[in-house]
Amino acid sequence: MIRKSRIALLALALSGAASGADLSLNIEIPTLPVAEYHRPYVAVWIEGADQNIAANLAVWYQVRGDHTKWLPDLRQWWRRGGRDLAVPVDGLTGATRPVGQHLLKFDAAQAPLAKLPPGQYAVVVEAVREVGGREAVRIPFEWPIKSAKRESASGTKELGAIALTLNP
Amino acid sequence: MKNPLIRIALLALALTPAASFAARAWLLPSQTIVANSGGWVTVDGAMADDLFSFNQGAMNIDALSVTGPDGQPVAPQNIAKGKTRSSFDLELRQPGTYRISVADDMLMARWEEEGKPKRWRGTPAEMATGIPANAAKLEVEQTQRRIETFVSVGKPSALKTNGVGLELEPLQHPNDLYAGEVAKFRFLLDGKPAQNLTIKVIAGGTRYRDSPDETLAQTDSNGAVAIKWPAAGMYWLDAAVADENATVPGVRKRRATYNATFEVLTQ
Repeated sequence: MIRKSRIALLALALSGAASGADLSLNIEIPTLPVAEYHRPYVAVWIEGADQNIAANLAVWYQVRGDHTKWLPDLRQWWRRGGRDLAVPVDGLTGATRPVGQHLLKFDAAQAPLAKLPPGQYAVVVEAVREVGGREAVRIPFEWPIKSAKRESASGTKELGAIALTLNP
Repeated sequence: MKNPLIRIALLALALTPAASFAARAWLLPSQTIVANSGGWVTVDGAMADDLFSFNQGAMNIDALSVTGPDGQPVAPQNIAKGKTRSSFDLELRQPGTYRISVADDMLMARWEEEGKPKRWRGTPAEMATGIPANAAKLEVEQTQRRIETFVSVGKPSALKTNGVGLELEPLQHPNDLYAGEVAKFRFLLDGKPAQNLTIKVIAGGTRYRDSPDETLAQTDSNGAVAIKWPAAGMYWLDAAVADENATVPGVRKRRATYNATFEVLTQ
């Protein structure tokens, strides 16, 4: 019991201001049995009911060198608003990530979620790989967060398990 | 010749103007969507029925014009006129949409001189010198041709029409087409809605399938038409009007054609 409460206290301490609601996303970039492997470009965003981008959460691309010319290959992201963005963007864009689990956590009270109007949304994770394929995975959710929820979906080619955790 | 069907077929053949047998005209851009300004695209132009294979003849691109996002002309570079295709490079210096057009407005004349058939093709300005005053059985036809494709850097921008011949006025941007979706376009003839116009749409890769797979659609009273894109790929659009509303004085017959190449992307 002592150990459990200690972990709980530690978790509380790590969650920072403990302002409450948050949205976290675990994205798995799978190991692929291919001869030529390049890390995928990945875009993560919140899609509104009109399918437009309500909030960008992350964009990972080859930052070193001028490789932004391949951003339109993230077809849906590019079409829905990626093309309106001047990259790099602080706190949004970053380098490509290796194979493995990647956790993203967003405070409901802070940008980009703070201004999200109530409604039906979906988290979209889109990945495209050089000499590889493209895949987009969607997880619908309701905003604001009313109860703790864990939703998951899985890619079949370019993405592994995607888990969305909502904490009220 | 007793078979009435054969007779009708021969009659139809005799009545069809030779021009309608011309190979399909198309421009093929190397890319339609480009992330950043400062890049290049290459465009090929060919006259070939197989979409989009360079297996018949090159397109004459003397009438090429490229309009940049700011409405100003953009000079094509590295123009090459080959046997099977013409090609050129375009430097995309600013964000927005580039309209690439091969468009001309010509006259075709046929007449008899001392019992011998004569032909002439030229611009309306050259008509007076091109056709002799004593031409017998003179037939003159105006041909307004427009072959287009579009390339966008970043966010696609608005396109302007110029009110000559048959034109496309996008209600949905031609660089914003996706498989499974419906795009609305409006067609204009002399700047006014082209009503009841038949629009033909064919997916590229005709060499790799057994059926032509042509999709036909009709414009409404506003000149608008909805086209559903069944799959991603390059598509060719074809429309033609034959009427008696030539815009050159002294000429009645007119044929206006519009062709465009579009890229449809995956969902």
